[in-house]
Amino acid sequence: MNARVPRGGMVDRSRPLRFTFDGKPYAGFAGDTLASALLANGVHLVGRSFKYHRPRGILAAGSEEPSALVTVSRDAARSTPNLRATQVELYDGLTAASQNRWPSLQWDFGRINDWLSPFFPSGFYYKTFMWPRSAWKSLYEPVIRRAAGLGEAPTRPDPDRYAQRYAHCDVLVVGAGPAGIAAAQAAADAGGRVMLCDEQAQFGGSLLSDVASRIDGETGPAWVAAAIAALGSNPRVTLLPRTTAFGFFPHNFLGLSERLTDHLEAPPDGAPRERLWQVRAGRVILAAGAIERPLVFPGNDRPGIMLAGAAQTYLNRYGVKVGGRVVIVTAHDAAYQAALDLRAAGVTVAAVADLRSAPAGTLYEAARAAGIDVIASSTVLGTAGDLRVRRIDLGLADGAVRAGLRIPCDAVLMSGGFTPSVHLFSQSRGRLEWSAEAQAFVPGRSAENERSAGACRGVFGLAESLADGATAGAAGTGRDPRRFTVEAAPRCMHAHLGALPALAGAAAGKSFVDLQHDVTAKDLGLATREGFQSIEHVKRYTTTGMATDQGKTSNLNAMSIVAGRLSVGIPQVGHTTFRMPYTPVTFGSFAGISRGDLFDPVRTTPTHEWAAARGAVFENVGLWKRARYFPRSGEWLHAAVARECLAVRSACGIFDASTLGKIEVVGPDAAEFMNRLYINSWTNLGVARSRYGILCRDDGFIYDDGVVARLAGDRFHVTTTTGGAPRVLAMMEDYRQTEWPDLRVWLTSTTEQWAVIAVQGPRSRSVLESLVEGIDLGGAALPHMSVGRGRICGIPMMLFRVSFTGELGFEVNVPADFGAPVWEAVHAAGQKHGMVEYGTETMHVLRAEKGYIIVGQDTDGTVTPDDAGLTWAVGKLKADYVGKRSLERASMKDPGRKQLVGLRTRGDGVVLEEGAQVAAKARQSPPMDLIGHVTSAYHSSVLGYPIALALVAGGRSRLGERLYVPMPGGDIEVEVTSPVFYDPTGARING
Amino acid sequence: MLLINCPYCGSRPEIEFTYGGQAHLTRAAKPAELDDAAWTDYLYVRANVKGVHAERWRHAHGCGRFFNALRDTTTDHFLCVYKTGEARPDVAAGAPGTAP
Repeated sequence: MNARVPRGGMVDRSRPLRFTFDGKPYAGFAGDTLASALLANGVHLVGRSFKYHRPRGILAAGSEEPSALVTVSRDAARSTPNLRATQVELYDGLTAASQNRWPSLQWDFGRINDWLSPFFPSGFYYKTFMWPRSAWKSLYEPVIRRAAGLGEAPTRPDPDRYAQRYAHCDVLVVGAGPAGIAAAQAAADAGGRVMLCDEQAQFGGSLLSDVASRIDGETGPAWVAAAIAALGSNPRVTLLPRTTAFGFFPHNFLGLSERLTDHLEAPPDGAPRERLWQVRAGRVILAAGAIERPLVFPGNDRPGIMLAGAAQTYLNRYGVKVGGRVVIVTAHDAAYQAALDLRAAGVTVAAVADLRSAPAGTLYEAARAAGIDVIASSTVLGTAGDLRVRRIDLGLADGAVRAGLRIPCDAVLMSGGFTPSVHLFSQSRGRLEWSAEAQAFVPGRSAENERSAGACRGVFGLAESLADGATAGAAGTGRDPRRFTVEAAPRCMHAHLGALPALAGAAAGKSFVDLQHDVTAKDLGLATREGFQSIEHVKRYTTTGMATDQGKTSNLNAMSIVAGRLSVGIPQVGHTTFRMPYTPVTFGSFAGISRGDLFDPVRTTPTHEWAAARGAVFENVGLWKRARYFPRSGEWLHAAVARECLAVRSACGIFDASTLGKIEVVGPDAAEFMNRLYINSWTNLGVARSRYGILCRDDGFIYDDGVVARLAGDRFHVTTTTGGAPRVLAMMEDYRQTEWPDLRVWLTSTTEQWAVIAVQGPRSRSVLESLVEGIDLGGAALPHMSVGRGRICGIPMMLFRVSFTGELGFEVNVPADFGAPVWEAVHAAGQKHGMVEYGTETMHVLRAEKGYIIVGQDTDGTVTPDDAGLTWAVGKLKADYVGKRSLERASMKDPGRKQLVGLRTRGDGVVLEEGAQVAAKARQSPPMDLIGHVTSAYHSSVLGYPIALALVAGGRSRLGERLYVPMPGGDIEVEVTSPVFYDPTGARING
Repeated sequence: MLLINCPYCGSRPEIEFTYGGQAHLTRAAKPAELDDAAWTDYLYVRANVKGVHAERWRHAHGCGRFFNALRDTTTDHFLCVYKTGEARPDVAAGAPGTAP
């Protein structure tokens, strides 16, 4: 079937295109959208509605389209669901499919929902699916998941590239209809840097469908072409077609999504598919236009029922007749122009049913003169037709409502007036106000440096829009706005809101308000009857306005119906919050290049390549890569760790500790600063000595820990956990700058400046003796927790005598650039001593054997120093330190608090699960009485049995007690022990 | 993405800053002298202003300094910025000279 007029429209008839829809081949032209091409082929049925699976057609011609959602696929990886057919640009070979139907669009099993609809009113899911509870997992959820949604998501990763760009401009104009173009002209005339964007491929907006008006003697499209050509040749103007301004953020920052290749038959290899623009504009002019409003009457959703302006657009822009015999139902003059255009193209306009009692004006007169029947005081009582509308049942509403004419037709065109598009204005946090004149919400007080122009602020009419745009563009430039000579229809300010008058007592069909979510006028009434009064509640209860079209064609009708039910005015009902994006934006454009290897920065240590070459398995610690274990010939984790642990304790091990944070605290008041911040006392720490420091926040809970060395009277070398380094430095700066600004102390991060090579084990001193110059490594000269300065392999070095393993140990600090060669030298020298490289997993096991905590694993932000058994570290004579006041609270001294203990598994010695709960009583049923949880658990190859650390209520008073760890397979019996499993006297620290 | 006017570096995008919470919270010189209620207030109780809020920002990826700002939480407009240690200026939202 060919519904194309022989001439006219802006499609390129010299370039025919082939495409398929649901597997069937069709023909179109370059310049068509998928929607216009389908209509040209007489195809109106394009989808099935969300809930009731009712047959649906195309309502509109633009991005406000609620029903014609399709899936377009280029290949297995490039398949996009839920695209509006009205925005899909046709290319040769395009493959599109309808959604939400099985087995076919024409015969959809889901239609059963429509017949069962009394069981599916709004919010039915709040009242159903409750019994039996067990049915949720096996029946309800799987069925609902399959039934929910419209399109299907692609299953392969997105192979396309997406670009991003920042831009600054003096004026950003959103929308290139008459008002937008006039605004851009005025701003460009004044010499500013101007950006003009429009969501459509062609600039012109409403002018592209208008063959009747004249601007300065030219037709709409001709005027647009000339204006855009002039703007395009201006080097200070950036034109962005196919670019949607989707979000307006504070301080005049807007997000624009530019579509680059989706309209091409063969996108160039490697070309970005889309470009995200992040624009900071000096001022913004919103010229987003207005969206025609459908009417709410029974059966208003059949294929072939569309907006009058859309029918006009399909005819004048695409050369397509949407029907052979149409009925127009309107409360607005613009539909009369549609009637005239259609009639001139050979379409039978059976009648214009005007909702108003006394239609008048030039367009009305012209329609009457052309012989078009106009019925005043009309209403619609219903329609008929299953896969296509075939009849409309009009009524008369002059007093009481009574039945009127039944008119056969194959298209019904509706116009309830126009809703100004205030989405971006509202996102910018401007205040909307109700305009009684426009019968709509229009922009009120601005919050940003922006203004609206044209129909989007309720200024209707072509002459008025142009003038408004020119004024907006010229504002602040000191220039007078351009003037235009316009021949156009006089503007119409009429509007109809809410449902049409209905026959009293009649059981009519469904009157749809939100087409995409299948929300009817009855659903809105149900919501108010059930007590929902706030429009935000009604929205969420009925889901009106919550679909991907965000209620562009339904919100105002919904508000009007709710206002009627609550007997208040629409301004009292108010509107819901507008949120970005205006239309859906791909994830890809937000991700940009942040994918794969570029998703996050990766931090590596000086020994990374060496470890990788040895086959180390790495783990992520924050952004760092750390070697977790070094498997040899087919070892798995546990075998490697068992071997590494035994080697460290029997001979020696070498470990990269470079990732731990290092902060130099320097200045005359450095010790005072440390005293005020950490719980320890630092004044009595001698030069070249170190101490295990604990940092709490003022709430009294452990925040970080690390060995702190005093390098000089005014210089401390503070170490932190790997993950805590930035947090600790930030906290230090906070107190230094804002709490104690009079202290003379300065902070420098030296984390990346020092490579730290830990050498641990009874043979560690022997290994280092052969390499170190200038330091006596003997136990008296370099006691445990002291620092020496010297050289290793000729490189300047700080040597810390320190141990996180409980064995004799050292940490070699050399400038990071020398980390790799020094590591290799130490490793080589260590081979004859049985030295083994070990990773973080072994480090974890060895420290746990000694009961040393790891902040963030054995602590969770609610553990005090005393809870962790670290009261010995507190500087008892200090009047104050960060956290001290909180530790004085009674609840912080409660002996029943969770305290760090060790757990040994009784029986077959299974390794507990970290995070497992601890109970005092066995064999409980939920809800169980729980007294703690396991924080760390490993198998100890050194000890030969599993060990665990746990936080247990009153733990220290429970030594020797039997407790239980409930697991899905049953309780695991454990015994409470000291957290120090290995070498409790600490004798091994001296080798 | 807010534009924040660091008093030391000028107007920079929000991504260079970290938020520092409510401004003008004074840690007592002698916390030991506060009762539990007063200490709890200092630790946990914060204003939840719909309107002009005095808060701290730190130019973490810039000069590294803390400073204070008055921001209208309903529009995210900054009324002014001022240095650490200075008193809160007497500026009203929408006053001439304040941000648009």
